Amino acid sequence: MEQAAHGRSLFSDALRRLRSNKAALASIGVLGFIVVAAVVGPWLSPHNYFTQDYGAIWIAPTLADAHWLGTDGLGRDLFVRALEGGRISLMIGFVATLVSLIIGVAYGATAGYAGGRVDGVMMRIVDILYAMPFLFFVILLMVFFGRNILLIFVAIGAINWLDMARIVRGQTLALKQQPFIEAARMSGAPAVSIIARHIVPNLLGVVAVYITLTIPQVILFESFLSFLGLGVAEPATSWGALIKDGADEMGRAPWLLIVPAVFLAATLFCFNFIGDGLRDALDPKDR
Amino acid sequence: MAACSSEQSDQFPVKSTPEIREDGTTVLRRGNGAEPESLDPHQARSVPASNVLRDLYSGLVQISPGGDIKPADAESWEVGDQELVYTFNLRENLHWSNGEPLTAQDYVYSLRRSVDPVTGSPYAQLHAAIANAKAIIAGDKPPQALGVRAVDDRTLEITLTKPTPYFLGTLAHSISYPVYRPAVEAHGASFSQPGNAVTNGAYKIESWRVNSMIAVERNREYWDDANTSIGRVEFYPITNQNSALSRYQAGELDWATSVPISQYEAIKKYIPAQLHAEPTLGVYYYGLNVKRPPFKDAPELRQALSMAIDRRTIVDKITRGDEIPAHGWIPSVVEGYAGAQFEWVKLSDGEREAKARELYEKAGYSKDNPLKVEIRYNSGEGNKKIASVISSMWRSVLGAEVTLRNQEWKVFLDNVRQGNTEAYRLAWIGDYNDPNTFFELMNSKFGLNGTGYASAEYDRLQEKQAHMPDGPARMKTMKQAEAVLLADSPIIPIYFYVSKYLIKDYVKGFEGNPLDSYYSKDLSIEP
Amino acid sequence: MLSYALRRLLGAIPTLLILLTLAFVMMRAAPGGPFDADRELPPQVRANLEAKYHLDEPLYQQYGRYIWDVAHFDFGPSFQYRDTSVNDLIAQGFPVSLKLGAASLAFALIFGIPLGMLAALRQNKPADYGAMTVAMLGISIPNFVLAPLMILLFAVYNDWLPAGGLGSWQNYVMPVLALGTAMMAYVARLARGSTIEVMRSNYVRTARAKGLSAARVVWVHALPAALTPIVSFLGPAAAGIITGSVVIETIFGIPGLGQFFVQGALNRDYTLVMGVVLFYGILIVLFNLAVDLLYGWLDPRVSY
Repeated sequence: MEQAAHGRSLFSDALRRLRSNKAALASIGVLGFIVVAAVVGPWLSPHNYFTQDYGAIWIAPTLADAHWLGTDGLGRDLFVRALEGGRISLMIGFVATLVSLIIGVAYGATAGYAGGRVDGVMMRIVDILYAMPFLFFVILLMVFFGRNILLIFVAIGAINWLDMARIVRGQTLALKQQPFIEAARMSGAPAVSIIARHIVPNLLGVVAVYITLTIPQVILFESFLSFLGLGVAEPATSWGALIKDGADEMGRAPWLLIVPAVFLAATLFCFNFIGDGLRDALDPKDR
Repeated sequence: MAACSSEQSDQFPVKSTPEIREDGTTVLRRGNGAEPESLDPHQARSVPASNVLRDLYSGLVQISPGGDIKPADAESWEVGDQELVYTFNLRENLHWSNGEPLTAQDYVYSLRRSVDPVTGSPYAQLHAAIANAKAIIAGDKPPQALGVRAVDDRTLEITLTKPTPYFLGTLAHSISYPVYRPAVEAHGASFSQPGNAVTNGAYKIESWRVNSMIAVERNREYWDDANTSIGRVEFYPITNQNSALSRYQAGELDWATSVPISQYEAIKKYIPAQLHAEPTLGVYYYGLNVKRPPFKDAPELRQALSMAIDRRTIVDKITRGDEIPAHGWIPSVVEGYAGAQFEWVKLSDGEREAKARELYEKAGYSKDNPLKVEIRYNSGEGNKKIASVISSMWRSVLGAEVTLRNQEWKVFLDNVRQGNTEAYRLAWIGDYNDPNTFFELMNSKFGLNGTGYASAEYDRLQEKQAHMPDGPARMKTMKQAEAVLLADSPIIPIYFYVSKYLIKDYVKGFEGNPLDSYYSKDLSIEP
Repeated sequence: MLSYALRRLLGAIPTLLILLTLAFVMMRAAPGGPFDADRELPPQVRANLEAKYHLDEPLYQQYGRYIWDVAHFDFGPSFQYRDTSVNDLIAQGFPVSLKLGAASLAFALIFGIPLGMLAALRQNKPADYGAMTVAMLGISIPNFVLAPLMILLFAVYNDWLPAGGLGSWQNYVMPVLALGTAMMAYVARLARGSTIEVMRSNYVRTARAKGLSAARVVWVHALPAALTPIVSFLGPAAAGIITGSVVIETIFGIPGLGQFFVQGALNRDYTLVMGVVLFYGILIVLFNLAVDLLYGWLDPRVSY
């Protein structure tokens, strides 16, 4: 009971701080708008994301024919495709980051807190995973599991936790010498609870920042997986795939690059300011 | 250094400054696609490697700028004994780049090496026409058994198993180049490296840095050196087409081997004189796996799918690179053969689509029972677009349910080879300028045919024409073979390739040929 | 500390052996082989080639042969670049990648750390938002977009820099910018976060309370501790950046190691992939060791 009450006050406290951060609030608004647009936007257009129109190839953004953001090399409407792509990219960014966050924080905090031989072995495993030929990992995933969008998240998350784990471990090494951890240990608290209640909350700042770095990485990385046959399948698309195709055709049809890039950049800015806001709001030292 | 700017525009700047060294040596800077996998003529298999080898080596014959076969190391030849024995008279002044004389024995050694299983030459089969070659490749006979003999230092005699009208053409291929025996024996796999390599072509290798540049310099020992003009050639491996164009525009390349499609319109508008679009011996096609449902024993369905594809739209609207719509199997540029075409070519679009639907229904499919088919393609922008378009056409014309699946190249090839695919995209590039290089692919015994197509009638006709002398009779047999193939439709030809080059104005002497065989020695730089 | 380092280096041998074994198994489990090509090989010719490269032997025998060769520092012949050995390819590619990577890294650190610290010290003020906007732009523009744009601007429409290739120092300017920008943005973000953290920590507060000057607090007390997350990020990142980037190398025509990781895998060039994986593994081990040693030096709170 006491635990739950404490949790609620911590949460409401954080919410109050977050509310006073204008940049974070504005970002939540914009991000919310992008999410809503990605979900309902495609219905506003008379076009769909897969119909090809060979009479309307590479049309610049125009009000005529309702090609508000132009068309691609197959005459497909970019407005709808960019929003459809947004659904996939936001999902990928969110889920993969979550996977990497959970594994990375748990792994890194454990290694750093345990120290000594356990830390040594755990970190050597990370070293090995770093150096593994990642392309073969992806190719094998594709062979054994076929095409499955969930796997993309797993594959990407499974790579990204390595950085997270290293950073978390580094911070933990520094933290565990702090007097308040020392005190908790003296009082006989079990290691798991020390990690969960004292170490992890103190890591959130760095972790929040790192999350805002992981999301763009993940979204762009998806386009590379598409190349290997593990990304989204045509005619479905994603921001990463749109940006990659747009980069190839930017000389002829620059909107194909600019539109998805603006969507991506806007999303990243939002995540960035929300991340900073969260970091400040959750900072245990300010309490 | 002299600057000459011709077609200039602020929208599309192109720097036109040839590189001429202080001693007057002219330098030709060629974009060369990918990094050559090998400069051993018997190991090479890619176009970029062939481009470099053509400058480094000289064969018995060569391809003239216009695409004809003309004498090279052999100044003349006689064909005797019912077209079975070729006797080549070598030139008097043949030398290796180290000054050693080149003799008929060098050719005997090299041809034997090209089919020797120990060499592991990917193109060994191109020499299958020579007596005993097949048995040697299979390891049943020693390389010495090959039907090749040095009558004397300047006379080479090659004996064939059967008359082969396209045999001379295979001798211009890199698999037929001579290699320098002492270098091969002394250095093994690295005999082609600068410092080790001894060659007999217009140029000799000066430096080779993987993924950066191969530089070759004029070989003064070459028999036709007096007519060579360009002093040095640099080959740059540039896989990214946009990068190649940028470096061409920035004045770092004199010759770019490909152009990005998104810039093709701009190039045609601003620098039309520098663009060379040459139809080549290549076909982009869809294979249908006839060993598995839904294509097994279903010629009507295969024809319906072929008919439902509007190739003109694909070429005009999607690939946009002046490719030629393929309504037959043999590219129109193949010498001396006007290929057969689908019967429905003359129909209007509406009639064609109606006919396709009719066949589709005849094959047992309908709105309620639609065909479910998967198109598999290897990752790549062009392949993706074409697969999207074809799926859309099959869907709208026939009502088929099409799924698209792209795969990484090697996984894709493995699947095609194992017959795990339904419909897949591939391409075939001819090795020599004769229809047989296309016909052969679909022969069930050739072993490279992923569709699993095996027609006794087609095999018989293909093998028959391959050994007939050129003339109306062979022409008739070829037409029959192509008709059988098109009716069975195990393959759906989509378009014939057109090579696109950007070449600066000051590079003179370029003339297109369908084999894409160009020798730097035939060009000159005249600012 | 020295004995710690020695123990770690000895421990690297089993680590690398496990790495090689896993990589070998994964690679051979992947479909397709080095001799698959669009023009397929006739079965007999394929058999001849496989025999030549010992691919016809049982896998354990190939594995044994490979490990034996590696123990003698011989990575074997490349399957893709037939005329060259993997040793030569790495020896040619690494110096280029090292130069490019080190320059990019220096660029990222020299600009990223001050940018991040500036933002932190002016938290939630215009300078902070400005710096972080620059950083986020750097992260959200992928290098395969940034690089061609730079080429168009600096090489095609103006004559300021070469568009590609490898000759003088000018050839490195654009690749360093393209490679270093994203990394600089990362470093700036991390530096900002950890500086804010450190500035609030007890010992910095204590230092301030003692009346030390603001500059002294920042440079002597805050900076080293603020660098720790950057340092843990840098271990693998530095190993990654000095082994090249396939995107930058293909766009600028730079003969570095980066292309071998990707092209090697796509070509199923078994020996080349194993070679670069092992090389990269060694670098990872060394850099992570260096990072751990740096920790102790930067942050006296750390022990092992």
